[in-house]
Formats: sequence, C-alpha cells, structure tokens
Amino acid sequence: MSTIIQRPSLIAMFAFMLIFLFAVPQFTEIYIINNLTVFAVMATMALSLALVWGFGGILSLGHSVFFGIGGYAYAIAVLNTGDSTFPILLGILLPVLLACLLGYFMFYGRISDIYLAVITLTVSLICYHLIVSTSGGQWRIGKAAIGGYNGIPGLPPINLPGDPSQRLGFVGKYYLAIAVMFAAYFFIRWLLETRFGRVTVSIRENETRSELLGYDVRAYKLAVYAIGAGLAGLAGVLYANWGGFISPVVFNIFFTAQIIVWVMVGGLGTLVGPMLAAVAIQYLVTVLGAAATSEIKAAVTIFGFKLELKNFLDSNIVLGMIFIVFTLFIPKGVVPFIRDRIEQARAAKIHQPGGPDAGP
Amino acid sequence: MDFAGIIVIQVLFAVASLALISLGLAIIFGMMRVINFAHGEFLMMGGFTTLMLFNAGVNLWVSMFVAAPLIVGVFGLVVERLIVRPLYGRLFETVLATWGLSLLMIGIASVTVGYYEASMKVPFGSVTIGDYTESGYTFFVIGLAIVILIGAYVGLRYTQFGLLARGTMQNPEMAASLGVNISRVYATTFFVGSALSGLAGAVLTPLVSVSPVIGFSYIARAFITVIGGGAVALTGTITASGLFGSVSQVVAFITTPVVGEVALLVTAIVLIRLMPEGITGRFLRRGL
Amino acid sequence: MSAILETQNLNKHFGGVTAVKDVSFALAEGELRCLIGPNGAGKSTFFKMLCGQLKPSSGRIMFAAADITGHEPHDIALGGIGIKTQVPSVYDGLSVHENIMLSAWRTRTKVEARSAADDLLTQIRLSGQAERLVGQLSHGQRQWVELAVVIAQEPKLVLFDEPTAGMTLDEVESTAALIRDINQRYAYSMVVVEHDMQFIRMIADTVTVFHQGSILAEDNVENILRNPVVRDVYLGRQRIEGI
Repeated sequence: MSTIIQRPSLIAMFAFMLIFLFAVPQFTEIYIINNLTVFAVMATMALSLALVWGFGGILSLGHSVFFGIGGYAYAIAVLNTGDSTFPILLGILLPVLLACLLGYFMFYGRISDIYLAVITLTVSLICYHLIVSTSGGQWRIGKAAIGGYNGIPGLPPINLPGDPSQRLGFVGKYYLAIAVMFAAYFFIRWLLETRFGRVTVSIRENETRSELLGYDVRAYKLAVYAIGAGLAGLAGVLYANWGGFISPVVFNIFFTAQIIVWVMVGGLGTLVGPMLAAVAIQYLVTVLGAAATSEIKAAVTIFGFKLELKNFLDSNIVLGMIFIVFTLFIPKGVVPFIRDRIEQARAAKIHQPGGPDAGP
Repeated sequence: MDFAGIIVIQVLFAVASLALISLGLAIIFGMMRVINFAHGEFLMMGGFTTLMLFNAGVNLWVSMFVAAPLIVGVFGLVVERLIVRPLYGRLFETVLATWGLSLLMIGIASVTVGYYEASMKVPFGSVTIGDYTESGYTFFVIGLAIVILIGAYVGLRYTQFGLLARGTMQNPEMAASLGVNISRVYATTFFVGSALSGLAGAVLTPLVSVSPVIGFSYIARAFITVIGGGAVALTGTITASGLFGSVSQVVAFITTPVVGEVALLVTAIVLIRLMPEGITGRFLRRGL
Repeated sequence: MSAILETQNLNKHFGGVTAVKDVSFALAEGELRCLIGPNGAGKSTFFKMLCGQLKPSSGRIMFAAADITGHEPHDIALGGIGIKTQVPSVYDGLSVHENIMLSAWRTRTKVEARSAADDLLTQIRLSGQAERLVGQLSHGQRQWVELAVVIAQEPKLVLFDEPTAGMTLDEVESTAALIRDINQRYAYSMVVVEHDMQFIRMIADTVTVFHQGSILAEDNVENILRNPVVRDVYLGRQRIEGI
C-alpha cells in the first residue's frame, strides 16, 4: 500500500455537500449559520495550506499573507467600484501574482526548507508593518481609506454579477462559502490525480529523484504555490465578505500560526483533516473567548508581587498546548493517527487464528 | 558634525540591540541547529523578572544581571529537557513545538501579570553632544553589547567548555566518540543561550513597555538576524546585526521608523536570496 | 567510435581550493568506465559536474556532441543521462512498482510502461516485492530499485555514484552481474565512481584514476592494478587482491 492515503469516498463528500447546502439551513438559527460561514472560509484556507505544504512539501510559514492580500484587494476594489465581480477576481489574482514573484525568487534560487519558511514569514511581517502604519485618512486608494490598525469597515456583501442591487444576505453568504469550500476540495482531489499532481507529490517525496527523472522541480513548486495562493486569496475575499470588514489581524503571526496548527493537527498530507481541524479549533477559540472572565481564580505572592490567575483557558494557552502536545506525541496529525490505528487493528485481525489467512 | 555623531551613535545602538537580542538564539542555532521560536518570550520573561523584582525593591542591577539571566537560564534548561531534546534533529518539529511554547508563555503571561504597568525611569540620565542630547543608557547598551560579544569570543576561544562547544558544533559524532557528553554540552548551551536572552530582555526593559506580547517585536528581527548571519554564531551575529541594524537605522533617519523596519526585512530577504546559508555560509566560515 | 561523453579542460574551484584541475576525459559509446581515487581526489566533484549539480568554474562538458556545460539537472536527465546517487534517491513512501512506473512512463505509454516495469522487476529479482514500500526494503534492495528506476528512463548514459556502498559481498556480486548485464543488453554507456576494487574488476572495461584533482592514469583494469604510481597513491588504503 502506498502512502497515497486512501481518501474518503467522493460520494460521501458529495452527500455532505448536499446536506450542508440544503438540509442544514432549514434546521438552524441564523447566528449558527453565520458561524458556519466563517468556519467554511477558514476550512478553505486550511485546504490551501494543506495543498501547498501537505502535498507540495512547501512550508509556507507566512501563508496568511495571501489571505490578507486577497481580503484587502477585494475590500479596496469593492469600495471603489460598488460591484463586487471584478474585486473578487482581483482578490484571487493579486495573491497569485505575489506568489509567482516570491516563488520565482525562492524556487529558482533553489532556496530550501527553513530559509524558505523564513522568507515567507518575513513577507507576511512586512505586509503587517506596512498596513498597520497606514492609520489616518491620508492613506487611501481611490475611495477606500486603508485604515491602519482599524482596518476597513463597511464592505458591501458580494452581489450578483452585474447587478449591485442584489446582494447576498446571511444565508446567501453561507451558500457561497460552503459551495466554494467543497468546490476547492473536489478541485484539489482532481488535481492530485492528474499527472501534475502525481509529479508534485513525488517531488515532495524525493526532490532529487524527481529532478533526475527529468522534471523541472522549480516550475512544479511554483505552480503549486501559485494555485494555493489563489485559493487563499479567495478565502480572504470570502472572509471580507462575511464580516463586511478587513483588518491587519489577518497578517499577524497569530493567524498564520493558527493555519499551520490546523494542517498539523488535522494531518499533513490529508485534506479532510485540516478542514475539520480548522473548524474544531476555531470553535474552541470562540468558546474559550466567550468563557473568559475577569474573575480572579487564584493568587500567589512572589517577591511581594501578587500574581493573579484570571483565566485558566486563555486561547493562547490552549493553542500553545495543542501545538506542543501534537508535535511531541501525534506528529502526523489526527486523521493519519486514526487511520494508522484502524490499519493496525485491521492487520491484527487478519493474523488472528480464524482470520482470513489463518492456516489449515 | 554633532549631528553626524548622533547618527553614528543611533546606528551603533540599533546594531547593539539587534546583536543583544539575537545572540542567545544564534548560539543555540549555531550549536544545535535548533530554532527556539519562544525566544521572544524568553526576552519577555527577562523583562518581567527585572521589572517585578525592581518594583519589589530589589536592586536594579542585581535584577538585571543576576536574577533575570539565572531565572530564564534555568527555565531554558527545563524547556531543553522536555521539548527540545525529544525532538532533536527534527528542525521543523522543533520550530512548531517552540512556537507552541511561545503561545503558551504569552497566554500565561496574559492571564497572570497581564497588563502590568511597566514603566520605569531610564537610568543614567542624558549626555549632551553639541546641540543634541542623547540618553546615557544608549551608551550603556552599546558598551554592554561590546562587552558581551568580547566575553562570548573569549569564552569560546579560550575556555575548555568553549573548545568542547566548538568541537561539538563542528562534528557531534566525532565529539561523542572522543568522550564528550553531548547531552550535557547541549543542555549547557541552551542554558547559556537562554540566560543571554534573559539578560537582553532585562537590559532593554527601561526602553520598552514590557507586555505579554512584546516577544513579537523581538522574535522576527532575532530570527532573521540569526538566519541571515548563518551557522557560525558569533561572527554571524556581529555581521548580520551590523548590516541589518545599519540599514534599518539609516533608512529610518531618511524616512520613518516603519520604513526602516521594512528596509531591514527587505535586506534580509535579498541577503538570503544571495546567500542561502547566511553570511557565514559564504564568508568567514572559519570564524567563531 | 565516437565519444558519447567528453569533458574539455574542466576546472572547479571552491574559494582557494581547486577540486578539479584541467580534466579532459572521453568515454566511448557502450564503454563501462570506473572512476577511482582516494578521498578528496576530486572524483565526486567531477561526478557532480557531470550531473549538473555543480557548475564548472571553466571548461566544457559534451554529451552526444551537444554542449551540456552548466545545464540544470533536469535538462541533463531529459537529454538521456540517468543518475544513480550515492544515497539511494528513491521514493521510500511509494511501492517498488510505483517507483519504477514513475520513471517508466516518462518515455512510454501507460501500457508499455507497465510491461517494462514488470521486466525490470524480474531483472532485479524483486517481482515478489512489487507492492512493498521501498522504505521497508534492505539497503541493497533499495539500491537495486534505484537501478531499475534509472534504467526505466532508457538513458544513453548512466552515471553511478558508489553503487555498492553498504552492500554485503553477495549483494556486490549480484549488483556486478546486474550492471554488466544491463551494459551488454542495452549497450548503455556507463561511468561508475567506486572504491570497491573487487567490484571494479568484475565490471569495468576501463578505469580512470583521479589524484589531487587531475587524472593520474587511464587504462584497462589489469594495467591499472599493476601500475606502480597508482599503487603508491593507494598505499595503505586498500588491499588489492592478487598482486
């Protein structure tokens, strides 16, 4: 059995898509639909990194930069044009362009691994610094003030192409996000079955050998990176659409760390894993945020200074513990972990007396 | 003329602070090829320790030069044992786990010491240069950086531990077969690197407002300086901080501090593109 | 016979060190040449330049009358040079069959690739292990899988970097037989960097001896083994049987 991990059946995924599109909205309240929308957006973002890192082998530490640029490009464009069609395209194209530039720089310079990760991280930091310093009305592009720390509020929802009067409501945004998420999933699955996909995975497995078989690994990596960037940009657009605003928080190191956690916890080399992990962790962070209070839970005095413990489950603490525990104990992620256990159980059953290959 | 003097001092200060915040990380990276992503939080820990002890009545210099390095150093030992050692050799996993540690530390700091009012009078008053005044503390930091760098040089070059450390850095298997206790060398190195980070955080306390998230402003620059410097710890740190510090400060003078930061980051990217192994990957490879 | 591979005054400097000094080398079609020499003699550096992993400081490399100096590794591979690296470059996470297929389908249709892969599996005597993950095989078996992967490319020239490193005596003999067989059956030209003298005697037509960056001697195996200068260079490093 090869490591091309067995994927959930296409039929099952298709069924899920139908359920989410048609059944779920009938039975849930608007505020849950609203949450599900942003979860779907984040799951799409997780898919982007799952493709680039899990299958392309490219550790893009600053992957959030494409999400952020997609969101900001959309925001600025939509405030200027009023119709959302072109801004959506811009939100996808601009990240792709950046990815091609950055990718050319890195892959054709044969920069590898950790140095590449540093560069991607640095780029996202640059963007953060630049955007944050744009407070004050003088920083504008057309009608849109970039807004520094506060970001850009008041974004109109996506409208029917060509008809700005028909804009998406809560349920419309939900349908769009879910549809895009599943479309992205099916697209990536298809891509991985093509020759391009197989070669990309082989490059991840052993770059030297792929090169010695005659594949231009630089070009393949660039392509995967660009595709991932486009998907991330689209997620960013949907995020801006969901909340009606965009802010520099999408460029900060927390957000970028979260995306990495989703893929790591969900399982590097899987697609469903990161999607589920993104939703689970987002949900966890939301719940923890709501549970945080100012009540002092414990106090201790050291050197005359009183340390007061307010909140056992600060989201940073939880996220940090997840990182540490997973890296130490479940490095492959949840989905592969579960699959391995199932494989082991199955193998054990076959070799038991009375099992299929038992002797005479 | 005085203005030129001020600029030079400002540049030296930028280089010095960059060197101080990066040295601990560089030593650990140079020795163990481990990137401690919680480095910024080690600096924060040094800062908070100093601040809290000082406000509790402990002498400032004791807090800064004794307590902070010791406490952070010991903490480093614990981290090395529990997190770094099990993941030794796996660079990515180490980055991820220490990133988790970083989040954990930020979280704990947020919920305990939280938004502790962290202002402190800057010692040493001010110095007048012609028409300009410069804070005395600036000179202190520059001087301290020089002393520490010299100390690190002397330590690596002339002490027995320094020799063991260099041998292990060059070739761990060889050192092990010569009877060197590699685990102990690594643990000691991590202690020294952490203590230096604690010290750097402590020294910068009067100049920044220490908060749980201050690590962010440190980690990016330190990380970039270390990678840009390359695997040879001391020479790499000096050259990289020299380059990045000068560029960022000079650009900041001409434009704004934010653009200066951006210039630093851009320089880093270009540098890594041209020299993927860092400065000491190409030049000065035989340095310390 | 025309030279399929030729270098002209090839040089490689690293800072102040000259690893390869003015090397002019020619390989005839179908010839099986071994490169030997003490560590640091420059043969690995020379080899890497042939593969495209290092760019020469000066000089030219000609393959089938085309200039390939400074070309990228993947272009060199596409041009018809197969490379077997010292540390086996195989896909540990994929099965033996998948590894060979990934190579075979470069130059064939899927159907042809499948039958070629089966043939190769038989040749390397791993037909029974076709579905096993390569990462689970023994070191020697992984080397053979890599051999099969390289042969599946249908190269005109094959470069081997220490193909018997880490092998037992049995495996060395099987590998020698395999390589000789491939050389005769397909008439691929071959350059093999090796240390193992017994292995070299089993396969080589000719041997080139490297020393301090230049070619010390070039002749058929027996003459090289009798060459006193070569013996001096190797004194104390290898026991050469039968002399």
